[in-house]
Amino acid sequence: MSDRIVQKLNILADAAKYDVSCSSSGSNRANKNKGIGNANQGGICHSYTEDGRCVSLLKILLTNHCIYDCAYCVSRKSNDIERAAFTVQEVVDLTINFYRRNYIEGLFLSSGIFKNADYTMERLVSIAKKLRLEHKFNGYIHLKTIPGASDELVHEAGLYADRLSINLEIPTKEGLKLLAPDKSREDMIIPMRYLKNEIIRTNEERKIIKSTPTFAPAGQSTQMIIGASGESDKHIIQTAQHFYKNYHLKRVYYSGYVPISYDKRLPEIGTAVPMVRENRLYQSDWLMRFYGFRADEIVNDNHPLLDLDIDPKLSWALRNQHAFPVDINKADYHFILRVPGIGVQSAKKIILARRFGPLRLENLQKLGVATNRAKYFITCLGFQQLYADKPGSHIKQYILAQSSSKYIKNDSQQLTLF
Amino acid sequence: MLKTLNYDGTWSGLMTCVFCSFEYKWQIGAIQQHASSSQTGLFTAPELISTDNEKARRVLLGLEKKIGLQGIQELYYVHLSEIKDRELLILRSIIYYFRSETKANQNYGHDDILQIKKIVRSVSRERHRVKAFVRFQKMKDGLYFANLEPDFNVLPLIVKFFKERYADQKWLIYDLKRKYGIYYDLMEVTEVKFSDTLAKNQIEIHLDEEESRYSDLWKNYFESVNIKERKNTKLHVQSLPKRYWKYLNEKNLL
Repeated sequence: MSDRIVQKLNILADAAKYDVSCSSSGSNRANKNKGIGNANQGGICHSYTEDGRCVSLLKILLTNHCIYDCAYCVSRKSNDIERAAFTVQEVVDLTINFYRRNYIEGLFLSSGIFKNADYTMERLVSIAKKLRLEHKFNGYIHLKTIPGASDELVHEAGLYADRLSINLEIPTKEGLKLLAPDKSREDMIIPMRYLKNEIIRTNEERKIIKSTPTFAPAGQSTQMIIGASGESDKHIIQTAQHFYKNYHLKRVYYSGYVPISYDKRLPEIGTAVPMVRENRLYQSDWLMRFYGFRADEIVNDNHPLLDLDIDPKLSWALRNQHAFPVDINKADYHFILRVPGIGVQSAKKIILARRFGPLRLENLQKLGVATNRAKYFITCLGFQQLYADKPGSHIKQYILAQSSSKYIKNDSQQLTLF
Repeated sequence: MLKTLNYDGTWSGLMTCVFCSFEYKWQIGAIQQHASSSQTGLFTAPELISTDNEKARRVLLGLEKKIGLQGIQELYYVHLSEIKDRELLILRSIIYYFRSETKANQNYGHDDILQIKKIVRSVSRERHRVKAFVRFQKMKDGLYFANLEPDFNVLPLIVKFFKERYADQKWLIYDLKRKYGIYYDLMEVTEVKFSDTLAKNQIEIHLDEEESRYSDLWKNYFESVNIKERKNTKLHVQSLPKRYWKYLNEKNLL
């Protein structure tokens, strides 16, 4: 075996690992040409690393040579590290051979910027093109959109990739300027806007001309680094909402900053990764995407920071006790969804089950509701609400006292990320 | 007197049992596969049911009107779960479905239905994990081969997935626990049985010469993408339960 390939793989996978997205969902590309592979709508995690993160794609950089010097990035120009670059054929061989053994769902290809944006983007696109056209590869391909790349190349990327992403990196423009002086928010937004419009356009076209080729069927995503630039949760969540709304992103990822530099502008090496905060941000993200919450209901000028000891939905409920109690047997789906301890699945089951007769507290427990939290916010058959006039701070104490929260009792390393 | 029905363990056989219990208005005390140590209770009368596809079809047609294909699929998953007393659970629910309004399988307030949903979730999870955790090894003759021991009999549920995905390679997935496999010859998927299971070293002799290279690269990759600062063993083991490790080359660091 060529040792050089092993070495390259180690360097370029290690450098790519800070991109937390490993999603392979959202595309339904079929294997029509009796080629290799297809995409699975829900995505598949083929393994899990010891940090508990899913391994779904072969996630690598084409190269970690980079002309930029972004303080938060391991591949920054001024960092004294080993550099490597894959050839096009090497990436293709790894992808195909891993795929055939059912190790992966596909390829997630990113890169440091060498020469300039277009030169880099062109290399990424050429690999996706080769996989699709020469190898009849129909597995999942996620490409990075390089900030500043031309519309033509971004368009071509959309023809071959399932998902494209461009990382905002720092939640505020000012923070970005401070930590990544070579980059600007505007360079990221231009291709993002272009892709959004192309996705809309090709979807419209497909309604009329069925043979319109697929264009980035799994849409766009982005990532923000958390805890590197002193931003508040309000900044992060409002930025996320802004991008979900205006750029139709499929996902925003939050990546707790792992200290990798002695740069004075950043948290010191050895500082703990803000995993609890990251987890609360993901919960907030879910509230916006699946529970109908607006960003300003979760965090606002009065509450710019998320509670770390309770989840954001409970936190909202305690600040909005006037919205409760909710009658489980009568209330609309959207109100039921807002009850702490009731998730999307349970809410749907409640709506289905109550057609057969009114539900009691024990029915709720059996169908999956976390009644230890929900019981302070609901009424149902045979169950009166006794806590409705108790102050929120008391209810919070009751809940914390009887819950075996993994956030309080264990140390911060023992968290569930996703 | 309660009856004990003995059937051949197949889905059609089970549906035939259901048909007979309706047709002859039997009270059923137990339904068991006749190969298994058939115990006859003191106060039950044994009855041998021979599988009749026509009878099974009539039950399924009736069920479809009541609970749709989705509801039938749930019962099929319960059948594949192989858990104890699944037959009676299936029979009881079918009686309940036929007596109720349509879509009674959505009554999440009913204990049997909840039990079914729970089993369906477990079987679905196992099916999903098999899709994820199959690790093919390439053999000299070009066959991609994988061994596994799923908790439930999920091979019938993954045929379509693997056939569509790996349409241009021959593959064989073998269930060591149930001693049968599914084999794709570039055209069709068929069920296969080995007279005796291949020993590990026998497989190794027949491996393609590139196999260890890619297996090693994968192990390398798996180590490289881990972020040590975020070590979370609890989550790791929860997502990747230990019982699967012996078939995952990245966890088999020998």
